[in-house]
Amino acid sequence: MLRFFASRLVQSLLAMFVIITATFFMLRFVPGGPFTAEKAVTPEILRNLEAHYGLDQPLWKQYLDYLGSLLRGDFGPSFKYPNRTVNEILADKLPVSLELGVLSLVAALLIGLPLGTIAAVRRNTWMDYTGSSIGMVGISVPTFVVGPLLVLVFGIHLRWFNASGWYSFEDRFLPCLVLGIAYAAPISRLTRGGMLEVLNQDFIRTARAKGASEIRIVFKHALRGGLLPVVSFLGPAIAGILTGSFVIETIFQIPGLGREFVNSAFNRDYTLVLGTVILYAGLIMSLNLAADLTQAWMNPKVRLEG
Amino acid sequence: MFKRGTCLALFAVLLLAGCKKGAAPATASSSGGPAGAVRTDLNYGNGTEPQDLDPQIVTGVPENKIVNALFEGLVAYGPKGTGTTPAAAESWSISEDGLVYTFKLQPAGKWSNGDPVTAGDFVRSFQRILSPGLASEYANKLSPVVGAAEFNEGKLTDFGKTGFKVLDARTLQITLKRPTPFLLESMKHYAWFPVHLPTIEKFGGATRKGTAWTRPKNFVGNGPFVLKEWAMQQRIVVETSPTYWDKKSVKLTRIVFFPTENIETEERMFRTGQLDKTNELPLDKTAVYRRDHADSLRIDPLLGIYFFRVNVTRPPLTDKRVRRALALGIDRKQIVERVVNQGQTPAYNACPPMPSFTSTARLQGDLEEAKRLLAEAGFPDGKGFPRIDLLHNTSQNHKKIAEALQQMWRINLGIDVAPVNQEWKVYLDSQDTLNYSLSRAGWVADYVDPNTFFDLWRTGDGNNDTGFGNADYDRMLEEALNAPSEAARMAIYTKMDTLLMDEVPFIPLYFYTRAFAIAPKLHYPENSVETPNWKYVYWTE
Repeated sequence: MLRFFASRLVQSLLAMFVIITATFFMLRFVPGGPFTAEKAVTPEILRNLEAHYGLDQPLWKQYLDYLGSLLRGDFGPSFKYPNRTVNEILADKLPVSLELGVLSLVAALLIGLPLGTIAAVRRNTWMDYTGSSIGMVGISVPTFVVGPLLVLVFGIHLRWFNASGWYSFEDRFLPCLVLGIAYAAPISRLTRGGMLEVLNQDFIRTARAKGASEIRIVFKHALRGGLLPVVSFLGPAIAGILTGSFVIETIFQIPGLGREFVNSAFNRDYTLVLGTVILYAGLIMSLNLAADLTQAWMNPKVRLEG
Repeated sequence: MFKRGTCLALFAVLLLAGCKKGAAPATASSSGGPAGAVRTDLNYGNGTEPQDLDPQIVTGVPENKIVNALFEGLVAYGPKGTGTTPAAAESWSISEDGLVYTFKLQPAGKWSNGDPVTAGDFVRSFQRILSPGLASEYANKLSPVVGAAEFNEGKLTDFGKTGFKVLDARTLQITLKRPTPFLLESMKHYAWFPVHLPTIEKFGGATRKGTAWTRPKNFVGNGPFVLKEWAMQQRIVVETSPTYWDKKSVKLTRIVFFPTENIETEERMFRTGQLDKTNELPLDKTAVYRRDHADSLRIDPLLGIYFFRVNVTRPPLTDKRVRRALALGIDRKQIVERVVNQGQTPAYNACPPMPSFTSTARLQGDLEEAKRLLAEAGFPDGKGFPRIDLLHNTSQNHKKIAEALQQMWRINLGIDVAPVNQEWKVYLDSQDTLNYSLSRAGWVADYVDPNTFFDLWRTGDGNNDTGFGNADYDRMLEEALNAPSEAARMAIYTKMDTLLMDEVPFIPLYFYTRAFAIAPKLHYPENSVETPNWKYVYWTE
């Protein structure tokens, strides 16, 4: 087991090294740099800037310096926001994205599970069709349509919420609802499918014959099996929700990492791009590693082949 | 069942939302004062997160708004957003030859920690921004001063040999290399603002970029407001400075700057009452505001020009006749009225009108002339004219304009122009490396003087980016700065403008405006370079 873990770890570290190197050099070869601006700076000032940030050193030396600072845990200063270090920006923004992700997932489950369960239990009735239609709409309508629509209703007309921001507790509601709806749709359809399969099993028929109430059947017997497809969906969904919140963060002006991930590339903020890439790569690789380990622990064949 | 009720309710609400007319913009008070009292807080849409709040490091317009609340330069714009009024300087005098400026500072001028603002503070601040080690991007704003450029390049190491002198604690003297008629105008830019060196030195030294001195708990400034809170990408809060020398003139007690990048989100924030003024207004909302909320819509002139650079090194654009044909072969009025529609004015010359200067130069000719020129250049009715690209950065608006022009040139001249969009930095790089045929561009004034619209066309200037170079033009640029009178200087600018409209290294399209939504009761003076003097911003009634 230990050998399996060690080999997986080494593979992950190797992958990380390749990612860092590829990103570092690709960034440098892209046209435009952090100081390319509409109002060009004079050549003398550009020289001062490059000296200040060490950009006038040969590229291989900058690369090695960067690796050295990484080993010390220092991601460097941000080029775009000289007032902040990359470490600081990541530390500020990652918790926000995590909070957005977790709350959205909770919202998605709270909406999707009941909808899917009811659709399965009341199959082929109007409740099933309504639930499925809402699910279809949720999957098809993009978040940048749902978002402003909800802001129009709840913010502008009803004045219940602000149009944007992440400042007070109420600000969490609309963004998490919008992102939650996007994920509730597939969750409800998966739940419906899973529940239908379970509800047709013999042991459910037995339970009914023995006189168990509908509620007891659903909650005590069927749900455990019916949720299996949802659980396997949640794995990639968590990764997606954590990294793909760019649209929501833009619409609702949320200070999260998703937006920074994209904008830092536009700004050619070399250090921030590398910082976010390393963070996300690390996150995803850790999640994969944890998943592999869990599988190996459950299924001996995996670790023996490992 | 509970689900049915919820579904019905949701549908009903959505239906109702569609029927109801847009809610009127809010003017609800958020400061919780007694009923009838005038508001003193302001929620201000500021467009993007500022890079920093150190006036010697930043370069942008969102930073400009906040820096003008936290710091104060020698001079500032007046109550109507124009003119030059005393700010940190109480008075000044200019020598006969226009080379020596002597400023007397406000006797009661104080930093927010109680220290008096001295001439030494100003000189040391100038030294900091010019230090090569700081690598400030706007260091060249101080280049009219003796020794400034040399000190910034490291060629001069003794700052005492530059033209900045402390005569006494309250008197500052600046000596210029040559007469600079627009010096006082350009001093309203934050590159000239003082910073509190003792505080900066406590946090890592004068030449370290981005240290902690601009954080709220460490911040020291000499402006009407002090920094109270800075939540990155969320809000920046400033409150009245208790030590500001002109505190009695400041009517606002608190300004909250919101760095909302998405302009649609910003407009929604205005409608919920979260913002009292937006930074911009989506183009397609302008008509609605004009029709339904005209008292919340403002369209202010902005000293800037939207134009297309022409790569004069690339055939067939090397031929002046072709360039002139392109410039004459479009209908600017249509673009301004139908495509953009935010009160812009069509541009037929290089420099927008301003109080000190209205150019009489104008692109000469009409569509017939355009066709004739094109034929003369060897492309009658556009036959044989190669397909050229029209570069623009990624934006819906630029795309619409580019497509409109493509149509106009096809119909009017029979030539094929292909719009190409590139991501922002790639687009900038393409212009820098002359890797384009036509390229959309914008240029906004740094200060209110025509010089800022003419010096970029100097041969080899870093902002020229067209390959255009003309010895006569360069000579006139120098002559203008040495002109014996303002009238003479403006006459030279008109001649230069005429030269540009004859050579056409760029095709002017329109002069900018700034459209935004604003609470009707907010008094916000118009300023053509978007530099507010916060003393003159207040709520009426």
